[in-house]
Amino acid sequence: MARKVTNTRKWIFTCLAWGVALLIFFPILWTILTSFKTEGDAVATPPKFLFFDWTLANYREVQARSDYFSHFMNSVIIALGSTALGLLVAIPAAWAMAFQPGKQTKNVLMWMLSTKMMPAVGVLIPIYILFQRMGLLDSRTGVLIVLMLMNLPIIIWMLYTYFREIPGEILEASRMDGASLWNEIRYVLTPMAVPGIASTMLLNIILAWNEAFWTLNLTTSRAAPLTTFIASYSSPEGLFYAKLSAASTMAIAPILIMGWFSQKQLVRGLTFGAVK
Amino acid sequence: MATLHQRSLARLMVAPSVVLLFLWMIVPLGMTLWFSFQRYNLLMPGMEEFTGLGNYRYFLSDPGFWISLQNTLIMVGGILAITVIGGIAIAILIDQPIFGQGYVRILVIAPFFVMPTVSALVWKNMFMNPVNGLLGQVSRAFGAQPVDWLSQYPLFSIIVIVSWQWLPFATLIFLTSLQSLDSEQVEAAEMDGAGIWARFTNLTLPHMGRAITVVILIETIFLLSVFAEILVTTNGGPGYQTTTLTYLVYTQALLQFDVGGASAGGIIAVILANIVAFFLMRMIGKTLD
Repeated sequence: MARKVTNTRKWIFTCLAWGVALLIFFPILWTILTSFKTEGDAVATPPKFLFFDWTLANYREVQARSDYFSHFMNSVIIALGSTALGLLVAIPAAWAMAFQPGKQTKNVLMWMLSTKMMPAVGVLIPIYILFQRMGLLDSRTGVLIVLMLMNLPIIIWMLYTYFREIPGEILEASRMDGASLWNEIRYVLTPMAVPGIASTMLLNIILAWNEAFWTLNLTTSRAAPLTTFIASYSSPEGLFYAKLSAASTMAIAPILIMGWFSQKQLVRGLTFGAVK
Repeated sequence: MATLHQRSLARLMVAPSVVLLFLWMIVPLGMTLWFSFQRYNLLMPGMEEFTGLGNYRYFLSDPGFWISLQNTLIMVGGILAITVIGGIAIAILIDQPIFGQGYVRILVIAPFFVMPTVSALVWKNMFMNPVNGLLGQVSRAFGAQPVDWLSQYPLFSIIVIVSWQWLPFATLIFLTSLQSLDSEQVEAAEMDGAGIWARFTNLTLPHMGRAITVVILIETIFLLSVFAEILVTTNGGPGYQTTTLTYLVYTQALLQFDVGGASAGGIIAVILANIVAFFLMRMIGKTLD
């Protein structure tokens, strides 16, 4: 008898939860579906949900009309490049602060975090003017550097919280056994640090891919990643819902998939370890 | 000796990050501060001169500034209210024993991974457009007059769009926090006859207190910089109705080329953000000890 009540309860909550989840997910689902419709079907009254002529024409047209792939590659280069560069700078720093903490370590960490709290508009104007003078406006290098610097505090913090969980005793033991610093890094730390580095990388790629303040302000066409490219759909000509959907679907698909793999790390990374 | 050697090595390893972040934030911030005391317009080169607090006086006496400050507060407050209350409710719902919990979580989190320009344009065109948007079609199906969301309720529409993006973030953090709640404690309370509401207010809510504070502070930091969603939907309009502080600085600098005035606005934004940051930093600082 008691079992039956809990079962009913479970079903009620299941229905409720799935209902809410589908409602929240619906705009994404609708965008994906619309990307396979003809422009006519996309604005049909009543709306066509599943029963329409599925077509890939929009994907072809988006590519043919505006060289979608080059913007996609810009996004890839900017996201991967800024992440790689950031890790290169951050790994030694996080490693040193986690395993050789000094009196100033906490202050340094907090100061790094404080740079992340600075609103972007506070530095937009000097960066814009400097970039103009240096010819870095609308260049991939420029955006790549800015995004790397913007996310550097998050990378260092995330790595730091992961590295700090590596037990110090293991290091001591390896030192007792006479391992050199290099061997210590190579054989003891690296294997234990890889999972943390991988999740940091994943989160940073997501953040860089979706960043839409600096990319919109610093790029216009040549170096424009997908954020800027999609923004050009805000002044449309004629029917464009299906094409907008196709461009959007391609822009969000890779990150959606990566994001689902990095849910747990997302919490740690974006709360700077305050919630785990 | 080894420790001394290692200590200096450690300094060397931290140095590049410190130098880069210093160049990235402190130097430009200093420049912004310097510009904010100058009369400096890119359209009038060679006319730069020191004006003291002139730009601040101009900015603070501009009605656009006070409207945009008000819009910023309404927008951030509205989104916070929706995402925190909604996030707690959804997190508790998902935390119940249900079928396919993993899938539900995946669906709920998805909007967070959608780039801002995409979510803004999808909402603007495919949902909020009064003629072809889904919301308009639904209201027509019920015989109601379709609403032109972005021109009739522009700020509310922006709040809805941005809330949709940040609700998953809040939900995910609350869910993480809920899962660390001691289930034995809950069962004990249940046996003692505590009702659902009593358990929520006396056990769950206090347990989530930290997560709630963190969500509020972090969202505030990010929300103060909301930009793309406004740029591609309303351009700050109609009038000043959706112009936030960030957007106002952008128009002042990159559309009107008034570097001095925009810099003063930027500094005001920095001060506002720092008030929030102060509390956030204190909370995070505690996790280091």
